[in-house]
Amino acid sequence: MIAASGLTKRYPGGFEALRDVSFEVSVGEMVFITGHSGAGKSTLVKLVAAIERPTSGSLVVNGQNLAALRKSALPYLRRHFGLVFQDQKLLFDRSVLENVLLPLEIVGLPRREAVRRAQAALDKVGLLAREKARPIALSGGEQQRLAIARAVVNRPTVLLADEPTGNLDAASALEVLEIFESFHQVGVTVVVATHDPQWIERYRPHVLCLDHGRLAA
Amino acid sequence: MSAWFSQHRAAFVRALRRLVGSPLNTVLSLLAIGIALTLPGAGFVLLENLRDLGRSVSGAPQISVFMALDASRKESAAIEARLRQSVGAAWRFVPREDALKRLQAREGMAEIVASLPRNPLPDAFIVEPQGASPEELESLRRSFAEWPRVAHVQLDSAWIRRFDAFLRLGRLAVTLLAAVFAAGLVAVTFNTIRLQVLSQAAEIEVARLIGATDAFIRRPFQYFGALQGLLGGLLAYGLVAAGLGLLAAPAGELASLYGGAFVLRGPGLAAAAALAASGAFLGWLGAQLSVSLSLRRFG
Repeated sequence: MIAASGLTKRYPGGFEALRDVSFEVSVGEMVFITGHSGAGKSTLVKLVAAIERPTSGSLVVNGQNLAALRKSALPYLRRHFGLVFQDQKLLFDRSVLENVLLPLEIVGLPRREAVRRAQAALDKVGLLAREKARPIALSGGEQQRLAIARAVVNRPTVLLADEPTGNLDAASALEVLEIFESFHQVGVTVVVATHDPQWIERYRPHVLCLDHGRLAA
Repeated sequence: MSAWFSQHRAAFVRALRRLVGSPLNTVLSLLAIGIALTLPGAGFVLLENLRDLGRSVSGAPQISVFMALDASRKESAAIEARLRQSVGAAWRFVPREDALKRLQAREGMAEIVASLPRNPLPDAFIVEPQGASPEELESLRRSFAEWPRVAHVQLDSAWIRRFDAFLRLGRLAVTLLAAVFAAGLVAVTFNTIRLQVLSQAAEIEVARLIGATDAFIRRPFQYFGALQGLLGGLLAYGLVAAGLGLLAAPAGELASLYGGAFVLRGPGLAAAAALAASGAFLGWLGAQLSVSLSLRRFG
């Protein structure tokens, strides 16, 4: 599913966020990327999501080497991912339902079918009753659940989350991780970057621990 | 096909919402586009009216072929035979005796003609080529002048050439004006779309992250530009029609004072379609340039 070999990412200016990172993630696995702030967790998520390109090394996701992928092919690759960010990246001028409809509009699903699937995704995260609300009217936990609904509505093969619980209280964070766990239970590969070690004991995932850009033993 | 239709439908609806969502901006943009298209549009329609006016005033152009004074009737008959063979146009022979009679019949000419020792008028042919261009008329004139025993050939509607040249000059001027205003329209749309792209930067970023292609991102802006241009074109049509409608009565009155029956024609459906289509195309072009440039900057 995901195979990294000798992965290095150096930003302009010379800062090396990742150095010689190698790992493999199997289909249906739940993976936590951990490490202190600045360890390279977000960079690794961005590389897997094809938001950034590696400086060297290879990264194969769904059988495609991201380092060699043409720019025009990126949008089609990203449709296989569900992305959840710490800052959610919601559209505040659209309703909750319209936020979830966006990925389905992108793939051109007919409106009626798209609405049905978006409502199902909202139901899954417990937000169906708020479908007409604007995201600004939701709590932090609800906004993160809305971001998850948007990420999963297209039935992705990989769910990628960068610090999804970073801005949430403990109860909301638990709700969010329970949702990730439920997707893991039905076979979705889940990759979560988090600096909070308490969740590792609870879910016992495959852990990739980063330390100053290197994979720790 | 279904996905393609769904995406275009969604993009069209979003563009329509943006137009309706900011009515003041929309009205101002439509006015700018409408006025930009009105001036060349009105220019073209006025030139068409002038062309019709020229045709109605001049009637069919005539070429008068005058024989030499001492040309015999047999020599005139030879010219008649040539005309029959070579000219695909109506023509008639005016014998010198008939010409004199007509001259005599004119007020105040009878005594003068009677005092003449002999008939000073030659035999003549009046040729009326149908639908000939000024260049073809001139070519015919030169050809007739070379025929034997022809003393003089007169193109009676030489002013048509000057008028035609004037119309051509006018058409060129209006075309240049249209090009300048078209560039202005593209610039107006370019700027409108640039501001829209900037205000929707977050949405574009999110859409890209979740798999939107550049074509998907461009589409609502392209529809917006085309819709805005189309509505601006229709507004221009309305302004041209209203303006010419107001001018029609005074123009008709002026023509009647000169003994004519000129009716100022307004823009037809073809003009409406042309204005709407050119507005839509230019709007689309402005949007396409703007959003492509902006997306490249977004990287």
